[in-house]
Amino acid sequence: MEIFWIILGILLGALSATTVHRVSAMYSGRLLACIPATGFMWLLTRVPDIHDHPLQGSISWFPQLGADLSFHVDALGLLMALLITGIGAIILAYSGDYLKGDSQQGRFFVFLMVFMASMLGVVTADNLILLFVFWELTSVSSYLLIGYYHESAESRWKALQALLVTGLGGAAMMGGLILLNRASGTWTISEMLNSGLSIAEHAYYPAIVTLFIIGAFTKSAQFPFHFWLPNAMAAPTPVSAYLHSATMVKAGVFLLLRFTPVLGGTSAWMITLTGFGSITMLIGAVNGLRQTDLKKILAYTTLSVLGMLVLLIGLGTPTAIASAMLLLTGHALYKATLFLTSGIIDHETGTRDLQRLRGLRRAMPITAAIAGLAALSKAGLPPFFGFIGKESIYSIGFAPGAMVAILPMIMLANMIMFALALSTGFHPFHGAVTSDTPKSPHEAGPAMYLGPLILSVLGLVFGLLPGITVESLIGSAVTSILSTETDIHLSVWHGFNVPLLLSIATIAGGVVLYRMRVCFWSKADESDRRRLSFDRIYTFIFNGFVAVAKCQTRILQSGYLRNYFIIILSVTGAMIAFNLIALGGLPRTFNIRDAKILDWAACIIIMASLYPAIFGRSRMTVLIALGAVGFGVTMIFILHGAPDLAITQIVVETLTVVLFMLAIYRLPNFRSHSTRNMRFFDSVFSGIAGLLVTLCVLKAQHVKLAPSVSNQYSEWSYSLAHGKNIVNVILVDFRALDTMGEISVLAISSIGIMTLVLTRTRKRRMEKQE
Amino acid sequence: MNANIILLPVLIPLFTAIAGLIFRSIRIQQPIGVIGGIATLWSSWQLFCDVRNVGYRVLHVGGWTPPYGITLVADHLSAIMVVIASLMACLVALYSIRDVDAMRKKLFYFPLYNFLSMAINGAFLTGDIFNLYVWFEVMLISSFVLLALGGAKPQIEGAFKYVSINLISSAMFLSGIGLLYAKVGTLNMADIAVKLNFQSHSFLINSTAILFLSAFGIKAALFPFFFWLPASYHTPPAAISAIFAGLLTKVGVYALIRSSTLFFRESFYYTQNLLLVIAGLTMVTGVLGAAAQYRVRKILSFHIISQIGYMIMGLALFTPLALAGMVFYLIHHIIVKTNLFLLSGIIEKIHGSDDLSRLGGLYRSSPGLAGLFCISAFSLGGIPPLSGFWAKFALIKAGLEIDAFWISLIALLVGLMTLFSMTKIWGEAFWKACPETAESKDIAPVTNLALMYIPATVMAVMTLYLGFFGQTVFDVAQATSAQLLDPRGYIEAVLGGGGR
Repeated sequence: MEIFWIILGILLGALSATTVHRVSAMYSGRLLACIPATGFMWLLTRVPDIHDHPLQGSISWFPQLGADLSFHVDALGLLMALLITGIGAIILAYSGDYLKGDSQQGRFFVFLMVFMASMLGVVTADNLILLFVFWELTSVSSYLLIGYYHESAESRWKALQALLVTGLGGAAMMGGLILLNRASGTWTISEMLNSGLSIAEHAYYPAIVTLFIIGAFTKSAQFPFHFWLPNAMAAPTPVSAYLHSATMVKAGVFLLLRFTPVLGGTSAWMITLTGFGSITMLIGAVNGLRQTDLKKILAYTTLSVLGMLVLLIGLGTPTAIASAMLLLTGHALYKATLFLTSGIIDHETGTRDLQRLRGLRRAMPITAAIAGLAALSKAGLPPFFGFIGKESIYSIGFAPGAMVAILPMIMLANMIMFALALSTGFHPFHGAVTSDTPKSPHEAGPAMYLGPLILSVLGLVFGLLPGITVESLIGSAVTSILSTETDIHLSVWHGFNVPLLLSIATIAGGVVLYRMRVCFWSKADESDRRRLSFDRIYTFIFNGFVAVAKCQTRILQSGYLRNYFIIILSVTGAMIAFNLIALGGLPRTFNIRDAKILDWAACIIIMASLYPAIFGRSRMTVLIALGAVGFGVTMIFILHGAPDLAITQIVVETLTVVLFMLAIYRLPNFRSHSTRNMRFFDSVFSGIAGLLVTLCVLKAQHVKLAPSVSNQYSEWSYSLAHGKNIVNVILVDFRALDTMGEISVLAISSIGIMTLVLTRTRKRRMEKQE
Repeated sequence: MNANIILLPVLIPLFTAIAGLIFRSIRIQQPIGVIGGIATLWSSWQLFCDVRNVGYRVLHVGGWTPPYGITLVADHLSAIMVVIASLMACLVALYSIRDVDAMRKKLFYFPLYNFLSMAINGAFLTGDIFNLYVWFEVMLISSFVLLALGGAKPQIEGAFKYVSINLISSAMFLSGIGLLYAKVGTLNMADIAVKLNFQSHSFLINSTAILFLSAFGIKAALFPFFFWLPASYHTPPAAISAIFAGLLTKVGVYALIRSSTLFFRESFYYTQNLLLVIAGLTMVTGVLGAAAQYRVRKILSFHIISQIGYMIMGLALFTPLALAGMVFYLIHHIIVKTNLFLLSGIIEKIHGSDDLSRLGGLYRSSPGLAGLFCISAFSLGGIPPLSGFWAKFALIKAGLEIDAFWISLIALLVGLMTLFSMTKIWGEAFWKACPETAESKDIAPVTNLALMYIPATVMAVMTLYLGFFGQTVFDVAQATSAQLLDPRGYIEAVLGGGGR
């Protein structure tokens, strides 16, 4: 449960961040960094016995839907948690200086810490829903962070792009996890893993795998969703360092690793991951070669590494998974460092363009040393940690069951990575000093270089002494991923073997590519256009969506009341007609023999008065005709034994006609605004509507499911309610509440009329005053 | 507890409305309106607690045995709706004090508002189909007058479309009642249920069912009946839009739920698939409509439609989880949507417009407003762990549980599109720098917005509560769902001893 308190602590830190920042703008970053740093220290103490004693705990949260605040930290989770809290603390301290004096720095800390907490949640949650909660929170907080420079439209657009792409993945994940729950019968991840359950045979398996892979691919920027990651570089550099290299993008990889035992092992899984992974790897590497912006280069190499990770997970052998873990850890260390040093360069020189940055080692020796260390690790040179990872990957090519075909691709990617490592870590610092930079360069403060220094030194220490530092943790992580005992031994020196030869070849190729780097830059513009193709597809879909939205809204919400009426009535009419035909209930024959002569008379009166009511040229004619219709109806009431009702009806009709007369006396004659065709359409349309209503009424006459309550009314109205007119009794006694409502309607209508009149006179008065 | 308490949520607003008509000074009307709101809320809460204990609370008005008189019934659904409606009414009344201008207040704003509140509560509580119609009428006329109140031309135009389309709804509802009465001879809903549910011919009332579907569909703003809503909701003051947005369509949804679960239950099978299709189309057309808009309130209006689709999806799926999810969605939606309209009102007060192209810079200038908006907007977009996530999650889970794949897929994608339109407001009104126009420079800083911020903050806190402690509310939703799935309890409570 301690992990819960760490997450909560970071969240509380987020809540208090603006206050802390207000109190001490100078040290806020460093103060807030203490929270994740404490968490990191505590987690570090757990490392030795994590394999035998995973951290776990659970608090009930939303039991009805299956969500619990349950956490389970095994070696994989712990390794990720260490990276998140450790690098997180460094980033917080760093951004305290990096964004110093920015008015929104307080809110920046809020979002960053929310992100940190949710990322920690993703890797430690033991409940699928909880995992998803944190998963979505990382998307949202990264949206808020990418859009940090929010007054730039480009920055907003890129933030939105990241949110929509990862949001799409989120939607897929949500579907996937519900289906996974149905297939596995549990929400608890550790239970799913421990039971050794594989759902590969389940009917939902294809859907689940697809949805999970979409979720992971969008988050980890795999082809074809890779385009958002380079765009996310619109964020401030510490954010790029943290979210878009070390942590958030690893969430997808983590998800794939975590669910490998449940979802993996099928050929579909393997082919999809290795296929898309290698495409992403190559796209990232090749495009990286063409960039001159430090951050862009780093973004593309991140893409390349992510692709490699996915590829390795797809292979799924113990060696591949172990290599993936080594690569993941090594990458987090050197990539965060390089981002931070490029941030320092940007901060102190005002540019990130490789073509303008040369010879900075004199002005910023410490940064140069740090970047150099990280670059060597990234390049995969011994004795750095990166070398161990690379050797491990190369050894897979010869392991049984692996595809030899992917080896050349990995080698190519590694060569490019080597060249780019030198471009980012050496190129700016070496060569002749130029004074081409917007600011005159100088060394950054210790808060900014201390963090990267630690990370880059770790890359060296892990490489020199893997046995006593990371070996056991990575070994346990592999064990916990595959749920089978795996032993790994790490060392820099394995003797002369094929992987070593491959490494040497890689280095040779990398040096050549680095020498040729300037050749690729010239093509940057052209390649940008080509690279943007997926960005363009996104833009196309986005614009298409908005266009479709506008079009359908223009058609539906046309603004013409007549259209609205036609749609509403025809849909209703169609539904009624369909039901009348499909379900039946209409009487087959009509019995008109019971109708007496007076009934016929009433009918004729009604019908005859309808003609002037419809075709009348003046309002007066129409009104009188309508009155006649009303009296015809009254006649039917009288004939069928409802005198009370008839009296009421007569009063109502008379009053209506008289009042209307008074009102319309001052109005002009009808004017026709409709064309002949419209009138024709309208009359057919209303004719059909009338026919349908008539059919419904006929059917209602025919279908008598129960006797009416009205018989009881006539019995009770005198004896119990002491009223002689049944209508009155119903109105004021049986159904008095209705009458109260109707009186309110009258009151409100009169207020309405009054307000209309008052508004007009008041407006007139105001106009006069002006 | 005294059964008469069920009348209070209807009577208190009536009395405050009448008092407002008598005392015409605004200085008296305002406190009466707010105190009346609080009293209504208190009585609704009492009723809710009571219903939580005993399950049903029934009052036969005038003492006439059912089905001869009018019966008021509070089950879980009614009680929840009344509580949430009273809560919104109370908070929005407070908000109106600052938002609504003096001229509208002089033109009986508060009495009309109270009449509306009375009608809404009445509609939720009545157990009589014709009485429901009467409350619909009160609601329609009072909302119409509120819409048109003191209005300029666009406002009157919107109000006219509103009232015309809603009159069609009334006509259909009334015809449906007439047909139904001809067939079963009773107006008491429980009695109708008894007479229909044990009949092999109950499907013969399908024409009534369709008329009701259309009538309630218009009220609830379902596809393809929703035209009145986007035509009118952006015109009146924000307070009026807010209360409409929160409650009016929900009365339609409530009526659909009530009729489908109580008396059309046996024949619900016939309309269920139709309803599911309508739900999907409503979700999609609503959210597309929102994507096409460029004014805050228009975006929000179209979103109402889209989210009604979610509720109807829950109803159409008709499983215990789906109905519980639907109830939770209703509660979440009413709070969040009302709040977003309130916030749009604050934006308009600050900037004098809700046109996104003229807004901007609020993130810098009003961080508090940005925070409140964030909570509500992300909740509406279904971002966990806010209330909207649980609501959406429950419904999609319910859908996938019975293999209703396509509607679940639509629900998932519509969630994403909802998030998109919320970020549109966020990006344009909050993040973007304020456009330098001639007017924007003239804007004097608006002060005294506390009365507008307080209700919005309360609602944001409730949204957070629903997110973090949603399980407590979901318990109630599940109890509601159980009652809806087994209408025998309702029928027994109204008619006594299992009907006749």
